[in-house]
Amino acid sequence: MINQNDILSTIRMIDQQHLDIRTITMGISLLDCCDSDPKRACEKIYDKITRSARDLVKTGEAIEAEFGIPIVNKRISVTPIALIAGASDTEDYVPFAAALDKARAETGVNFVGGFSALVQKGMTPADEKLIRAIPEALATTELVCASVNIGSTKAGINMDAVGKMGRVIKETAALTADRGGLGCAKLVVFCNAVEDNPFMAGAFHGVSEADRVINVGVSGPGVVYHALQSIKGQPFDVVAETIKKTAFHVTRMGQLVAREASRRLDTPFGIVDLSLAPTPAVGDSVARILEEMGLEVCGAHGTTAALALLNDAVKKGGVMASSSVGGLSGAFIPVSEDEGMIAAAQSGVLTLDKLEAMTCVCSVGLDMIAVPGDTPAETLAAIIADEAAIGMVNTKTTAVRLIPAPGMQVGDTVDFGGLLGSAPVMPVHTESAAAFIARGGRIPAPMHSLKN
Amino acid sequence: MKAIVTVIGKDQVGIIAGVCTKLAEYQVNVLDISQTVMQEYFTMMMVVDTAKCSQPFDTLSAALADYGQNHGLSVRIQREDIFDAMHKV
Repeated sequence: MINQNDILSTIRMIDQQHLDIRTITMGISLLDCCDSDPKRACEKIYDKITRSARDLVKTGEAIEAEFGIPIVNKRISVTPIALIAGASDTEDYVPFAAALDKARAETGVNFVGGFSALVQKGMTPADEKLIRAIPEALATTELVCASVNIGSTKAGINMDAVGKMGRVIKETAALTADRGGLGCAKLVVFCNAVEDNPFMAGAFHGVSEADRVINVGVSGPGVVYHALQSIKGQPFDVVAETIKKTAFHVTRMGQLVAREASRRLDTPFGIVDLSLAPTPAVGDSVARILEEMGLEVCGAHGTTAALALLNDAVKKGGVMASSSVGGLSGAFIPVSEDEGMIAAAQSGVLTLDKLEAMTCVCSVGLDMIAVPGDTPAETLAAIIADEAAIGMVNTKTTAVRLIPAPGMQVGDTVDFGGLLGSAPVMPVHTESAAAFIARGGRIPAPMHSLKN
Repeated sequence: MKAIVTVIGKDQVGIIAGVCTKLAEYQVNVLDISQTVMQEYFTMMMVVDTAKCSQPFDTLSAALADYGQNHGLSVRIQREDIFDAMHKV
């Protein structure tokens, strides 16, 4: 018989420490949905998604019941829409987002991601049309997510696209002003975007992927936090070992669910993404893990080192637990979605500059950060450029998901509700970067991109 | 299919009898039982076989949870695989 303590420890993790499977994401290729008639293309997209993901929610719920493990989200990611819509004879790409949203509603999934364009080196007319359509697409659809990759270690940073994205973020916030700029919470600007990410808002189904694939994202900041509480004051070697062991358990569960979902849906298993994804619930926070390591507040000096250790140990522990690890895999530090981060930002200890430093060593980037509504588009673009530079030089994924909350100032709080949480408006540097962004062009790829 | 039933709560007369009767109602066979009482708290784990279960798994799971709620206990059933996966290399 299985050890009693193991059984109880699993039950404690689920009951008291918020252990869950954050998402089962089905990636669906839409490459066979191209059509010169945009209406026909949208119909093909709707048909393919609803046919492929018909049983996704049902299967997720069945696995949840049998294993007794919560599966918080069932999601769909699709081929970047710019690649599909490019074949259609139309200037307006908003109907493609509407088709995705309709298919999302029909299948009952929580989000669909992939209203995306990959423009790290240059933009096709289709990419430009897609980027132009983003604000309206996000304002008029409910749960469609958009992403744009503007840089990579191989290609450098497309500064024309960076400038555009600053304006797109502003426009998206304006069109969803009645909801605190909610549209921006569904828009990610990437450098080194990955093709198999199951997490929103940045998920899309890369062109090198199979026709359909199942990717699973695990979570578990609460479990790591509890594990660290039992080793107070011990050296970092012990901290790292403890996190590794915990990450192993969590990832094994993800692997099991991924295999089971893949088998039942008759869809190949892609990857397990070993991310520590926080939620706004108390006890499910990455910031509190860092504080448990001995920091008074997340954002204090030492935070970057603590996060570096956490991020590395999560990967080392998880990698042996899964046959295929991918996606973003690491610790997420979204401000609005993490109870400890919200508190640290509200107290003024956690600043945008410190968050930028933290993104050098964590899995993604400046995530779910509210900034004053009057922040100029050029400043937003300059923040994106900084973050992309970190990703490009360090050969890692970085992302920016900023919400210039309309009409709000530092000290106000934007409330999105649910998993998106609430974000205190954080100050940005007010000095202008307009002339910097106006230059356009491309920042060349770094020397170490030349590996051949 | 093998599953693990866990029962946790304040000790009282008839816990084992009650849970086993419920399982019998659904044609679930008990393969192994272990239990301890620590500071008035009763913890029981059972390995069961649900191959001949007369109802879908989620119905059985809900029935056990219901029974637990009515008796001030936490009763759950989970497939054995999850514990194997998490704790065995």
